[in-house]
Amino acid sequence: MESYLYIALFAPLVGSLFATLFSNSPKKLFVGVITSALLIVSLIASITLLMDVYLTETIVHVRMLDWIVIGNVDIPFGFVVDQVSVVMMVVVTIVSAMVHIHSIGYMDHDKSFNRFFAWLSAFVFSMMILVMSDNFAGLFIGWEGVGLCSWGLIGFWYHKEDIKRSKNIEESPYSTLSPYSSKSPSWAANEAFIMNRVADLGMLIGMFLIFWNIGSLQYNEVFSKIGTLDHGLIVAIAAFLFIGAMGKSAQFPFNTWLANAMEGPTPVSALIHAATMVTAGVYLVIRANEIFTVVPEVGYFIASLGAFVALGAASMALVATNMKKIIAFSTLSQLGYMFVAAGLGAYWVALFHLATHAFFKSVLFLGAGNVMHATNDEINIKKMGGLAKHMPQTALIMTIASVALAGIFPLAGFFSKDLILEVAYGSHAYILWTVLWITAGLTAFYSFRLVMYVFHGKENYDHNKVHPHETYPFVIAAMTPLAILAICAGWFEHQFVEMVTKVLPPLDIHVSSLTFYTLIAVTTAIALGGIIFAVVKFKKDGTYYSEQMKDRLCYKILANQYYLPHFWEAVVTKPYAKLSEFSWKELDLKIIDAIVDGIAKGIYGGGEAGTSMQSGNLSKALKWMGIGIFILVILVVAFGNLK
Amino acid sequence: MSDMGITLNDYLILSTIIFMIGMYGALRRKNLLMLFFSTEIMLNAVNIGMAAISKFHGDLTGQMFAFFIIAIAASEVAIGLGLLVLWYKRNNNINLDSLQSMKG
Repeated sequence: MESYLYIALFAPLVGSLFATLFSNSPKKLFVGVITSALLIVSLIASITLLMDVYLTETIVHVRMLDWIVIGNVDIPFGFVVDQVSVVMMVVVTIVSAMVHIHSIGYMDHDKSFNRFFAWLSAFVFSMMILVMSDNFAGLFIGWEGVGLCSWGLIGFWYHKEDIKRSKNIEESPYSTLSPYSSKSPSWAANEAFIMNRVADLGMLIGMFLIFWNIGSLQYNEVFSKIGTLDHGLIVAIAAFLFIGAMGKSAQFPFNTWLANAMEGPTPVSALIHAATMVTAGVYLVIRANEIFTVVPEVGYFIASLGAFVALGAASMALVATNMKKIIAFSTLSQLGYMFVAAGLGAYWVALFHLATHAFFKSVLFLGAGNVMHATNDEINIKKMGGLAKHMPQTALIMTIASVALAGIFPLAGFFSKDLILEVAYGSHAYILWTVLWITAGLTAFYSFRLVMYVFHGKENYDHNKVHPHETYPFVIAAMTPLAILAICAGWFEHQFVEMVTKVLPPLDIHVSSLTFYTLIAVTTAIALGGIIFAVVKFKKDGTYYSEQMKDRLCYKILANQYYLPHFWEAVVTKPYAKLSEFSWKELDLKIIDAIVDGIAKGIYGGGEAGTSMQSGNLSKALKWMGIGIFILVILVVAFGNLK
Repeated sequence: MSDMGITLNDYLILSTIIFMIGMYGALRRKNLLMLFFSTEIMLNAVNIGMAAISKFHGDLTGQMFAFFIIAIAASEVAIGLGLLVLWYKRNNNINLDSLQSMKG
């Protein structure tokens, strides 16, 4: 089984290195085909491992290389395939393989086609390291690797100019009504990268604390000894690790980068900013569950923050007209759900929602990519409409994904999301339950608002310029497996539970079957209510918000993302820029540079002055010689050992 | 040692004074001939010192050395004056400041 592990891990790397060879050459179709083929190889290896772990319950644990071995420090490059990581591996490879194939179609006309695949496969490799590592250091390498690849892919179209700042809500880069996802791709890439570095510092501190107190970063060793530590220390470790998770999973207050990351090509949003990388934070909490179980107070904080983000993000999605941002907010909101589950100790539920969410959210994004492709990169849902008859397959797939996202029986979202609500109710966290319940309704509403605006109603696009068309058949074929999984992934709940509870703690919740069915009914009711409201209102009015509504403060707050980007700009970016300018002009130029320049100038000036000695005039030379002798004599008298 | 109260110190002081005079001349004079004179004065100041110390220690080496210096000084002056005459014939002056072909 070891060889399967290595195949699953290294096939994407081989693909990436291969594509890198051609990264500066014009589009070559075989680059996309070969990287996709290698991803499928990785997928097959992962599925083989999944079957093996499921059927034989053996954990594959290899120590590939020594990395740091000094004294008592022993950090290897080790990989473990257990019930948790194998689920992640399969999710990651399925989604990435399909996204790779989809990208062959999506990036068809892009002149950096080859470079795209180099980054994309490098991302998958980093993600595999992240999920498969058997220690925190390896996880951190993968963690930074995905961050780097995310940077390269968000800023993939780095040559685009910055757009002008505007107060107009329809034009501002911070508003969700504008056609711009952020100021520019390179700006968004840097924002994502820097925000993540800030959060990663927290994670590093957590890791240092672990290493300092336990002397190892290997999962099994850390988890077996964590209970022996001081309670306050465990709280600190858990909190710092969670700060890292907050950054990667874009939880409040690090959430603004995710919406701006929509600058990247849409397959990137599907793979990185919906299905895999942003769930790494959830994965970290699940992986380190034995740390978080010991400190339930941190868990409650995680759950509360998750619920807060779930509701906040969903509310922002209500008014947005930027298609990708709507889906990004929905991702944010679903990540909140996962953190609620993880925070309340229902780790396998979080993992389950992570998996089902990866399928339906990635396919939703891929569908959005098809729509944008068909409408000359239009991103405003109000400028689409009636596309269902032009692109029926995409419409069908996106509708399926939206139903799954809304959590309607029997699609995947129903099983996982309902379970989270059940966990919240069963843990007597009624406030969290209420928040999530409302969010479920909002989710259903905004998902179908998007579907209605894009695929139904009147055609609002410019008929002279835009001729919507269905995408290539192979792209639809790549989306189909994900759509099927969006439908049926939830049906395997039983097998899933049986497998992962070998590693993760089982659910400790007791609700009577009456309450259980009531909960399902109540949740389904609000989700259906949201969908029906969205459909009926659209059929009746063709729009959702009246003109008076748009002048109201609450609308503006939501459209401006609660003014959070503005807040960050005013509180962090601008003062930091000021501080940097101060350090540059006052400290750097006037002190450090002045000292360095002063030394150089002194030497230079001394040399200049000294050239008069070299006049070639013998009597001057003699004079200097006389002075020299005089000085030597003085030195001899002063320091010489004369009796 | 020496009679009439003239001690080694007196000789050395004399030697130093003459050396200083010679050095002053070497530094201040621009005329090459004067420069030679000054050099000779300095050499002879050293000779006085050598001879005095030699007598003081009762060791003849110093006086021998003084003879060597006189001999070398004589030959040096001979060569130097020869060059000086050549230089004067070519340039029509023996000013030190005109001797500047190696400017740094």
